[in-house]
Amino acid sequence: MADEKQMTTLKKVLHRIKPYTSGIVLSLCSAAVSVVMSLYIPVLIGRAIDCIVEAGRVDFARMGSLLTQVVLCALAAGLVQWGMREINNRITFQVTRDIRNEAFRHIQVLPLSYLDSHPQGELVSRVITDVDTFADGLLMGFTQFFTGIMTILGTLIIMLTIHPVIALVVILVTPLSLVVAAFIAKRTYSMFTLQSATRGELTGIMDEAVGEIKVVRAFGHEKASLSQFDEVNERLDKASLQAVFFSSLTNPCTRFVNSVVYALVALTGALFCLAGGITVGSLTILLNYANQYTKPFNEISGVVTELQNALACAGRVLDLIEAPERSADPAEPKKPGKVEGSLEIRDLKFSYTPDKPLIDDFQLSVKPGQRIAIVGPTGCGKTTFINLLMRFYDPQGGSICLDGVNTLDMTRRDLRRSVGMVLQDTWLKAGTIRDNIAMGKPDASMEEIVAAAKQAHAHSFIKRLPQGYDTLIGESGGSLSQGQKQLLCIARVMLCLPPMLFLDEATSSIDTRTEVRIQKAFDTMMQGRTTFIVAHRLSTIREADVILVMKDGHIIEQGNHQTLLAKGGFYANLYESQFAH
Amino acid sequence: MKRIMRYMRGYEKQCILGPLFKLLEAALELLVPLVVASIVDQGIGLGNRSYIVQMCLVMISLGLVGLACSVTAQFFAARAAVGFCTRLRHALLEHILGLSYTQIDTIGTSTLITRMTSDVNQVQSGVNLCLRLLLRSPFVVFGAMIMAFTIDAQAALVFVGVIPVLCVIVFGIMLITMPKYKQVQAGLDQVTSATRQNLTGVRVLRAFCKEDSEVETFCGKTQELTRRQLLAGRISALMNPVTYVVINFAIVILVQVGALKVDGGILTQGLVIALYNYMSQILVELIKMADLIINMTKAAACADRIGAVLEVKNDQQDGTSQSRSLRGAVEFRNVCAQYAGAGEPSLTDISFRAEPGQTVGIIGGTGSGKTTLVNLIPRLYDAAQGQVLVDGRDVKEYEMEVLRREIGVVPQKSVLFQGTIRENLLWGNPDATEEDLWQALKVAQAEEVVKGKNLQLEEPVEQGGMNFSGGQRQRLTIARALVRKPKILILDDSASALDYATDAKLRMAIRAMEQPPTTFIVSQRAASVRFADEILVLDDGCMVGRGTHDELLKSCPVYQEIYYSQFPKEVTGNG
Repeated sequence: MADEKQMTTLKKVLHRIKPYTSGIVLSLCSAAVSVVMSLYIPVLIGRAIDCIVEAGRVDFARMGSLLTQVVLCALAAGLVQWGMREINNRITFQVTRDIRNEAFRHIQVLPLSYLDSHPQGELVSRVITDVDTFADGLLMGFTQFFTGIMTILGTLIIMLTIHPVIALVVILVTPLSLVVAAFIAKRTYSMFTLQSATRGELTGIMDEAVGEIKVVRAFGHEKASLSQFDEVNERLDKASLQAVFFSSLTNPCTRFVNSVVYALVALTGALFCLAGGITVGSLTILLNYANQYTKPFNEISGVVTELQNALACAGRVLDLIEAPERSADPAEPKKPGKVEGSLEIRDLKFSYTPDKPLIDDFQLSVKPGQRIAIVGPTGCGKTTFINLLMRFYDPQGGSICLDGVNTLDMTRRDLRRSVGMVLQDTWLKAGTIRDNIAMGKPDASMEEIVAAAKQAHAHSFIKRLPQGYDTLIGESGGSLSQGQKQLLCIARVMLCLPPMLFLDEATSSIDTRTEVRIQKAFDTMMQGRTTFIVAHRLSTIREADVILVMKDGHIIEQGNHQTLLAKGGFYANLYESQFAH
Repeated sequence: MKRIMRYMRGYEKQCILGPLFKLLEAALELLVPLVVASIVDQGIGLGNRSYIVQMCLVMISLGLVGLACSVTAQFFAARAAVGFCTRLRHALLEHILGLSYTQIDTIGTSTLITRMTSDVNQVQSGVNLCLRLLLRSPFVVFGAMIMAFTIDAQAALVFVGVIPVLCVIVFGIMLITMPKYKQVQAGLDQVTSATRQNLTGVRVLRAFCKEDSEVETFCGKTQELTRRQLLAGRISALMNPVTYVVINFAIVILVQVGALKVDGGILTQGLVIALYNYMSQILVELIKMADLIINMTKAAACADRIGAVLEVKNDQQDGTSQSRSLRGAVEFRNVCAQYAGAGEPSLTDISFRAEPGQTVGIIGGTGSGKTTLVNLIPRLYDAAQGQVLVDGRDVKEYEMEVLRREIGVVPQKSVLFQGTIRENLLWGNPDATEEDLWQALKVAQAEEVVKGKNLQLEEPVEQGGMNFSGGQRQRLTIARALVRKPKILILDDSASALDYATDAKLRMAIRAMEQPPTTFIVSQRAASVRFADEILVLDDGCMVGRGTHDELLKSCPVYQEIYYSQFPKEVTGNG
């Protein structure tokens, strides 16, 4: 099963490498040339040494021409090797670029249900770390796998031609180093698992002790925390020592196997020399090869695990790339004309998980310019509401009609262009203030931007910033206060004021003065626009045309202030406890 | 670097023996070409079979002794590196736990955690590698050269010539590529941040139909990354081919020199082979050394960062007064407070007095200095000017442990720790009885939370208390503070997740306690403080109002603004 998955992954990876076929062929040819050259050089040197027998018996002429050949071969091999690396780099880095772009492009068309159900860190790690690991594996595969195999084959052939028996010694004994390496790897695996588990445990303790140091300090818990830490730290010490020590045995052990091979080649080679089977020069070649032969062997065993790892990573990236897209926009979308802002919700059904119905048979009728307040405790489900209105999620039944057109029948682009939203969890793009305000209208003039900022009551704080509208703000808004961020989000919507709005009123985390500004800005925006507003202020709620009372994702009551109070239900209760006393 | 080296003390033996055994192994390796030379000259040259067999056995035993040496070396290196880092981690945590809040705020907790985890790990592998390889590689390189000198001085001159050339190539390429790889990393960071931002802002970006322009920006960034990768790759790809060509040139010269010497009867064929073998050994070691240096610079950078944390000295001095059984009177005299690096003071000239058992409400907008004010009482921060007094004595005179034992703090963010409910409550007072615990839970309105759990007090708490709702966590943290029967209780906006009714019940229960603590209630909700004995109104670090609810409503404009934004006039009229 696992192998099958690897095979399909491999096929898909190959498909993505296909555009670079000519590069790969060139790379393979270069690898072959460079291997042949580098294998030929020891042969030439061996022959040259054969020209040096003893005093007075040195064939300078022949040696000279052999050494000239060595220089030429070395130059050629070097040049070809460099070219090969360049080609490999090109292929690898371009393939990773392609895959990253493809993944990113795909993220833009993934349904939000996918993005919401996968931790963000995990998705980032697929696009970044996994692709990197894959690239490393690919590069190693190119540079080491092919050259390695060719080196092994070439060495074998040359050794066999020089002397089959000695070659046999090398062939039989060398795999021993692989066995040793595999043995150690297998034994140390459990030690590494233990080490990383203990490390995780320790990080957990540190996270708590340092992350919540204020509580630790306030309760004088420092010593207790430290001794708890020490106990795990001691265990990590033991686990690490084992893992580090035993895994570091691989090199000495394989080196020992190699030196045994070397000694055996020296022994058999010298004995055959005496018997006249080979020359001393050939012995030198064999010894040299015995060294060279084991190196690619050790490398390839590393490459194979690396490649498997790379394939696993590629698999994860491909899972992301191949995750089903959101439902397609209609082929012949209905264009809403000038949107008036009437909204008709009929028999709406929705739930995140099939076994837990959230919204059932929901009806709502909104006339243009009406104000709908959504009331309820935090986490009451206003996100669900916006998810459906903006078509971040599709309803499972019923319909939402904007000016009589089912939102499913228009393109998402047209729908979203007609709804503006200001949420409390403000998100700003890393960039300048100006870019952020102009997000919905990139070609807006400076005058338009300033006008929008003024209307949003954001102009006064923006102009006091060091670079005014060109001030750079970092990821997640940088040093701006929560209230300032929200004012920017308002300015952003203000610039391309759409006919419908979804607003999120400030709660207590914003200071009173900013809150007043936000409120004023909201009032400006709401003039003549259909508005959904998550309300915390009594005045907003009382002035709303319709109040939707939500709890745990359900819409439990619906009506205006008077009718809901008269009903004596959840809303009446909420009102009593929060506002009237 | 120096600062952290002292944690190596006690491992001196391992630090000397490790590299020593490694050198021994390398020395044995250097003998191998000589043995091969003697096989060629003595064994083959003179037709001595048993000599050949003997020499091969010598080679295998050299390998065996080498193996033993290097296993010993690896053990010592691992022992020293791992032990060193275990101590380092302990020292770091101990040090961090002793720092003042101001310092921890300045450094940042996520930075501190990185120092203790990945930085220490990086140092561990750096130390391990150093102990194993730092001496070995230069030893082999220069050892090979010296061995060449013992064979023939003139031939050895080739080594003297080629080693510097190789060093220049290897280290030169390394020096050139290191900053280039930093640029690659920076490019990758850009791509990462673009991906992350796209995911966090997905709703906004889609609402504004920015998908296409996002893709365009992203492709630009990956293209730039690719360009940098290719540049760095192109230069570093030079290393192997160039060194390969140089080494082969050197071998050609070596063989030529050797041939002349053999012709003149000075050298034998076997010795020329030995020279050739030494030359091959050098290359391998130089490349290993380049790797080692890259790893070492990384580890050294990490070590510096760790050292910098250890160098931060706690800026708070502990007091000496151990006076027990405080009554809980709190007084502020012209107190100013300022955070490190902040341009403006966060509290200016605050004075007030609270009698034992009184309730003080503190209200104001975000950033008005409410939390700062209450943090001064248990000396979580120190006042820059003025005095904070408890029972008429400056808080700086108390031993911190004694002072804090009398104060119950419920922080803004309600945090529980991994363990059970009981373990969490016992943080307040390890000697609390079963009855104490339930009493505290009752006052904190948390009794029903615990009773609703299958295992009651033994109910497990996940890391961060994630298996409890915000409101439940908040009530449990209040109970934790009450378990120690504090004389001073600080509720820092800690009723924000409670509904109004529970909030009110909580305040009544605290007042009804046998020995009610002096209670400080920090809040943005006027409803939470309106029944306090005294309300302090803060604005921008200054006290702009002080008095009871009714007084303030008449006289304090900031209080009026806050109050009426939450309770519009017409409602309170009949409320």
